[in-house]
Amino acid sequence: MEALKNLQKNIVKSQIWKSIFRVGIPTDNRKRALAMLGNVFLHLHPIKVKKSGLRMSYTWCMGGTAFFLFLVETITGILLMFYYRPTVEYAYFDMVDLREAAAFGIMRELHRWGAHAMVISVWLHMFRVFMTGSYKPPREFNWNVGVILLVLTLLLSFTGYLLPWDQLAIWAITVGSNMARATPLLGAEGPGAALLQIGGTKLIHVGSDARFGLIAGRTIGNGTLIRFYVLHCVAIPFVAACLIAVHFWRVRKDGGISGPM
Amino acid sequence: MEAIKSIINFLSYPEWSFTLSIVLFGAAVWSRWLWTKTGGWVMFAVVTIFFALSMFDPNFFVVVAKPDNVPIVMMIYLIGFFWWFAMYKAHRNDELMESGEPTFEKSESEDRIFTWPDLVFSEFICMVLLTVGMVLWSILLKAPLEEPANTSVAPNPSKAPWYFLGLQEMLVYFDPWMAGVVLPGLIIVGLMAIPYIDTNKKGNGYYTFKERRTEIILFLFGFLILWCELIVIGTFLRGPNWNFFGPYEFWDINKVEPLVNVDLSEIIWIKVLGVGLPGNWFLREIFGILFAGFYFLGLPVLLIKSKFVNRFYQKMGPTRYFVGMTLFLTMMLMPIKMYLRWFLNLKYFIHIQEFFLNL
Ligand code: HEM
Repeated sequence: MEALKNLQKNIVKSQIWKSIFRVGIPTDNRKRALAMLGNVFLHLHPIKVKKSGLRMSYTWCMGGTAFFLFLVETITGILLMFYYRPTVEYAYFDMVDLREAAAFGIMRELHRWGAHAMVISVWLHMFRVFMTGSYKPPREFNWNVGVILLVLTLLLSFTGYLLPWDQLAIWAITVGSNMARATPLLGAEGPGAALLQIGGTKLIHVGSDARFGLIAGRTIGNGTLIRFYVLHCVAIPFVAACLIAVHFWRVRKDGGISGPM
Repeated sequence: MEAIKSIINFLSYPEWSFTLSIVLFGAAVWSRWLWTKTGGWVMFAVVTIFFALSMFDPNFFVVVAKPDNVPIVMMIYLIGFFWWFAMYKAHRNDELMESGEPTFEKSESEDRIFTWPDLVFSEFICMVLLTVGMVLWSILLKAPLEEPANTSVAPNPSKAPWYFLGLQEMLVYFDPWMAGVVLPGLIIVGLMAIPYIDTNKKGNGYYTFKERRTEIILFLFGFLILWCELIVIGTFLRGPNWNFFGPYEFWDINKVEPLVNVDLSEIIWIKVLGVGLPGNWFLREIFGILFAGFYFLGLPVLLIKSKFVNRFYQKMGPTRYFVGMTLFLTMMLMPIKMYLRWFLNLKYFIHIQEFFLNL
C-alpha cells in the first residue's frame, strides 16, 4: 500500500506527468476550475453546472449517448476502412473476410449495432428535449441544429447500409432511392417534371433527374457504391462533426442545460 | 391458444390496430394511474409477457429474431420506458406546483456544482457502461450478411432500412412524391418550426404535462403513432408484396389482396351522380380539387370560429396560426387517408395521371 502510494506520488511529480497535466489531481476549487479550462476536451464543459441539469433523470444522458456513439462509429469506421474496398468486385468479399479473417472480429458488429443505437438515442434525445420544453427561447436555434443532426444521422445510416453490397443492402437502397424518382419537378416521374422542357426537349429524364444524381447512374452500380462511400465516410461525418461542435457551443452559450427560469 | 392468436391476428390488421392504438393513446394521455410506478410495472409486465409468450410462435419468432429487427424491439422498450418516465416526472411536478411547492428541477437549479469531478465522472461511467453494453451486444449478435448483391433477383418483400419503414408504410396510402419526398420534407420543416410556432412560455426547462397539454399530445401523436407505430407495422407486419400479416401469420407469398380501390372522381361521377367520367381532367378532378382547397384553405379559417382553436389563434397571431395549422392538417392527412382507404377503398382524392399528380 505504502509502496503504491509512493509510486503514485512519484509519477504525479515526475516531469513527464507534469508536462502533460499541468494542474495535478484537483484537490481544491481553484484546481477543479483549472482542470476544466486546461484540457481541450474538458473545456467544452462549463466550470460549474446546475445540479438539476446534471441529473440523469433530467437529460437521460441521451445527447451524450448520441455523441459517444458518434465517436464509436468514427473509430470503428476508420478501422473498417482499412479492410474495405468500395468497388462492386471487392466490397462483398471484403465483408466476408472481415467476418472470417480479421482480428478483433466484432468491428463490423460494433459499427452496425452502434449505428442502430445512435438512431434510437438521437430520437430519444429529441423526445427528452421536447418533453422538458428545452426548445423554447433561447434555445430555438439549437433545436434546429439538432433537427439537422437528426437528418444527418439518418443519412449516415442510410448511406452506410449499401456498403456491404449484399442483397439486403442494394434492395433497401433501391426502395429508398426509387422515391427520388418522384421528386416534384426534379424526378423523372415526379409531378410537374414534364413542365421543365425547352422547345420540346425534356430537361428532366431518367438520365438527369434527382434519382440519377443520388445513385450516380440509371441503376445501382459501381457509381452508386463510390458515391455512397464518400458520403458515408467523409462528407456527412464532416458536416455532422462541424454541427455537433456548433450544437455543444450553443448549449453553453444558451445558458447551459435548460432549467426553470 | 390458437383462438387467442387468431383474435390478435385479426385485431392487428391496420384498420383495427390503428383505431385501437388511438383509443389507447387517448386513454393513456388522460390516465393518472398509468404514470405511477405501479402503472409502469404493469405495462412493462404486459408487454414482456406478450413478447415472451409470442416467441414460442414460429411465425412470430422468425420475424422478430432477424438481426436487423432486434434494435426495434429495443426501441419499443426504450420509447415505452421513456414515455412513462417523462410523464411520471411531469405529473409529479404538476402535483408539486399545485400544492404551491417548486418543481423538482426548480429546487435544484440554483445549486451549482463543479463539473470536475461530478459531471466528468458520470460521463466516464456512462461511457464505460455503454462500451460494455455495445461489446456484449456485438459478441452475442452477428451482423447480417446475405447473398451477394444481385440486381436481377429482388427479395420479396424489399424493405428500406428500418428507420424509414414508416415512410415505406405511407407508400400504401400515398404516391412516392408524397410519401417519399413531400411528407418527409414537411416532417423536417415541421420539427424545425416547433420552437417558432409554440408561443407557450411555460414549461421551459422542467417536466410538466398540465402546462402544455396540447403541445405534448400533438407531438406524441406524431412521434408515437404516426412515426414509431408505422415503423413497427412496416417491420413486423408487412410481408411479401407488402401485404399485411398478423404477428402469428405465416408470410405466404401467394396471399392475394383484392385491389378494388377507386378514386374520389369515380365515386362521385359514376357511383353518386351516375354519369361517366368527364374527359377534361380539370372537370373530372374538380371534387378532389375542391376538397383539397377546402381542407387546406377553408378549414383553417373556419376553425378560428371554434372556441378551442380560437384561443390558439389569439395567442399565436395569424402567421404562426396558419403555418402551424397547415403543418397540422398535413400531418392529419395521413390518418384521414388511411381511414378513407380502409372503409371506402379510396385511392386518390386527386388523380391527374397527365402530370403524375396524384394525391
Ligand atoms: C447527433 C445528434 C446529436 C448529438 C450528438 C447531440 C448532443 C447533445 C448533448 C450532449 C446535449 C447536452 C444535454 C443532453 O445530453 O441532453 C444536447 C442538448 C440539446 N440538444 Fe442535442 N444532440 C443531437 C441531436 C439533437 C436533436 C435531434 C435535437 C432536437 C431536434 C437536439 C436538440 C438539443 C437541444 C435543444 C439541447 C439543449 C437542451 C437543454 O438545454 O436542456 N439535439 N445535445
